[in-house]
Amino acid sequence: MSRIDGKSLWLHWAVLIVLFALNFLLPEYHRGVVTRVLLLAVFAMGYNLTFGYTGLLSLGHAMFFAAGLYGAGLTIYHLGWSVWPAFGAGLLAGIVLAVVVGFLALRTAGVAFMIVTLMFSQVFYLTTLYFTTYTRGEEGLVLPVPARTLTVAGAEFGLTDPGTRYMTALALFAVVLIATAFLVRSSFGRTLLAIRENEERMRMLGYDVFANKLASMAISGLISAAAGAAYAVLFGYVGSGFASIQYSILPLLWVLLGGAATTLGPLIGTLLTFYVIDTASSYTSAYMLLLGIVLILLILYFPRGIAGTVRERWLPWLP
Amino acid sequence: MNYKAKHQIKPDGGITRRTALKGLSTAAGLMAAPGFVRYAQAQSSEPIRIGFQCHRTGIGAAYGRWYERVTSAAVKRINDQGGVNGRPLEIVIEDDGTDAARGSEVVAKFANQHKVDLVYGTLFSHVVVAAAPMAGELKIPYYVVSEGYHVASGKMNRYCVQPGITDVKAQVRSVAPWIAQNLGKRVTLVYPDYAFGHDHRDFFEPAITAQGGEVIAKVPIPPTETSFTRYFPQIPRDTDVIYHVMVGPAVLTFVKELGEFFGTGGPQLFGFIDSLEAVDINSPGLEFLDGSHFWEGMPRYAQPDIPRYAASYRETVGIDENGASVNDPNDVSTAGHMFGCWETLYVIKAAMEASGYRGPEDRASLIEATEAMTEFPAGNEHPQGAKIFNGQIHQVFAEQCISQVNGGRLDVVHRTSIEDGMYEPEADYTTMSF
Repeated sequence: MSRIDGKSLWLHWAVLIVLFALNFLLPEYHRGVVTRVLLLAVFAMGYNLTFGYTGLLSLGHAMFFAAGLYGAGLTIYHLGWSVWPAFGAGLLAGIVLAVVVGFLALRTAGVAFMIVTLMFSQVFYLTTLYFTTYTRGEEGLVLPVPARTLTVAGAEFGLTDPGTRYMTALALFAVVLIATAFLVRSSFGRTLLAIRENEERMRMLGYDVFANKLASMAISGLISAAAGAAYAVLFGYVGSGFASIQYSILPLLWVLLGGAATTLGPLIGTLLTFYVIDTASSYTSAYMLLLGIVLILLILYFPRGIAGTVRERWLPWLP
Repeated sequence: MNYKAKHQIKPDGGITRRTALKGLSTAAGLMAAPGFVRYAQAQSSEPIRIGFQCHRTGIGAAYGRWYERVTSAAVKRINDQGGVNGRPLEIVIEDDGTDAARGSEVVAKFANQHKVDLVYGTLFSHVVVAAAPMAGELKIPYYVVSEGYHVASGKMNRYCVQPGITDVKAQVRSVAPWIAQNLGKRVTLVYPDYAFGHDHRDFFEPAITAQGGEVIAKVPIPPTETSFTRYFPQIPRDTDVIYHVMVGPAVLTFVKELGEFFGTGGPQLFGFIDSLEAVDINSPGLEFLDGSHFWEGMPRYAQPDIPRYAASYRETVGIDENGASVNDPNDVSTAGHMFGCWETLYVIKAAMEASGYRGPEDRASLIEATEAMTEFPAGNEHPQGAKIFNGQIHQVFAEQCISQVNGGRLDVVHRTSIEDGMYEPEADYTTMSF
């Protein structure tokens, strides 16, 4: 692991402290919104690792999110598991799926990689529908409230409590943010960046490009699955809608808006997208059109996303 | 006000004229403040706010458009007649995009931002199932108009109620005897291969078997399918009746291809109007449907023996003799389902009046008052017909219509009894805590 410079480290801590404080400052509705945004930002951070740092444009990350969602949800619903082992099952499902899909999909590149990941994701989506007997397909399952209790050091926390839910989402976000911040500055992270910039040169220099990409996919799948598993236990619902193509496009959108290959970009992009939709949908049914316009404007004037452009123009130290 | 006044009292108990004037002006200012006015009016005329979770966009948009129209018409009528407990109803609409995740967010938005009294109006089952946990956690009543079995199954929570439309299990049980007696006993099911279709599959088979019939083949169709002809060869030759139900944007293609495959010489057809809601039955390519039968929750076409209250309902919501908008004959309604909005709003009104509902602190009482209801007589409040409500499973039961396509319109040929659809409760919400 290489060090993160002081400014970056302080910025990350400041963001986490602000997010911690928001739990006590935000009105109830917005606290709930930020809870969801934190989880979805974790998903976006997972996506950012492959797309932003490794240069792999996947259109299938919904399957990793959904693997975590179903891994946790189905074990709670059908096997009566408690939160921790169910969360572990979600992580395991995500990383196993990511390794298998990565092993096959990484034999392709560019547009072919997009198509292959998209098709794997569709297979996963249709599988959740095929096994409707167990998953209830698009209708989904409601996880029983008593099962949504987190036990930490003997103390029990009900995950239906908004404050507990916020803090749990923040804890996951903080772990993933710090971990990815260190990861992308490590030799492994720099290897990924170098592969993104010039894959052939890295191969010529003796790096195992395939292994590094596969590791990137595995970690990305693990993080995405963590977001999905947390979503299941925090919001008590598991449904195949989360495996649909929409949830493969969304993290791409969040990362593009926030700034690819920036550690805070996923959070910014997710937050902005959520509030654009949330606000606009109260006034017009054409809110996705508005989001499209925002995206076009951002790409025209902030081609590297918000955090990416800020880094390029004003704060070169921004992680 | 009291706090300030208390601290303006001199230690010796005397009050100067200056402090008295200050106190009075402060009191006047507080009373004029918007918050105080709202509080004071809450007991008298402040609107009861209902959050309408509407499918304005997404796969349910056609339903959402008509649910919104019916809701507006019912609320106007209720308000014109004096409101609820002397207070007008106010509808706050949020679009959920017919999306499960967004549905849950919208319920939270209603409860925590709009501060509505209750949430109402959701149709698509995946949205209901995803949003119900949030309604339960926020302890806000959630009156759905969804049709799925999820509410009656007991898998939701104390706050989730369906008092305006029957569920699919009751619908299927209602029509099975008539199908066996009139169309045939050897049935092939064609249904969408997801939860809604599985409910039809799982509930119809025992219902038709109980009538001496049998399901000889099941043809599930993947929900992403856009072309259906290749599935039809799976239908056995000796099928008496094809029982079909599809939803979503491809329904018209499905029905057309069914007609192209069988022409007019195939097995009897029995469909659920879900396949053709918001679709003109006289659309080119649907001629083969002539003579076939459909389940309808409420007749789309005005029937010769239409009760006065049903005619009044149709006029108020703005549909013509053919079930299309009075403003646009091409804008066909979702008449088979949308009455559920009207009736649900009247159940909410009745429950609020029975419980003496004043505000969010009475939400539990509102649910208890709803659970205590047993019968809804046919009339202006329940234009679809009389109903029996089972408070244990939060589900209403009603008569169902079986209609035949005759010369480009649907004529009701049989009305089932309420009891035809009733079943033993598999849950009891009333034993759950709030």
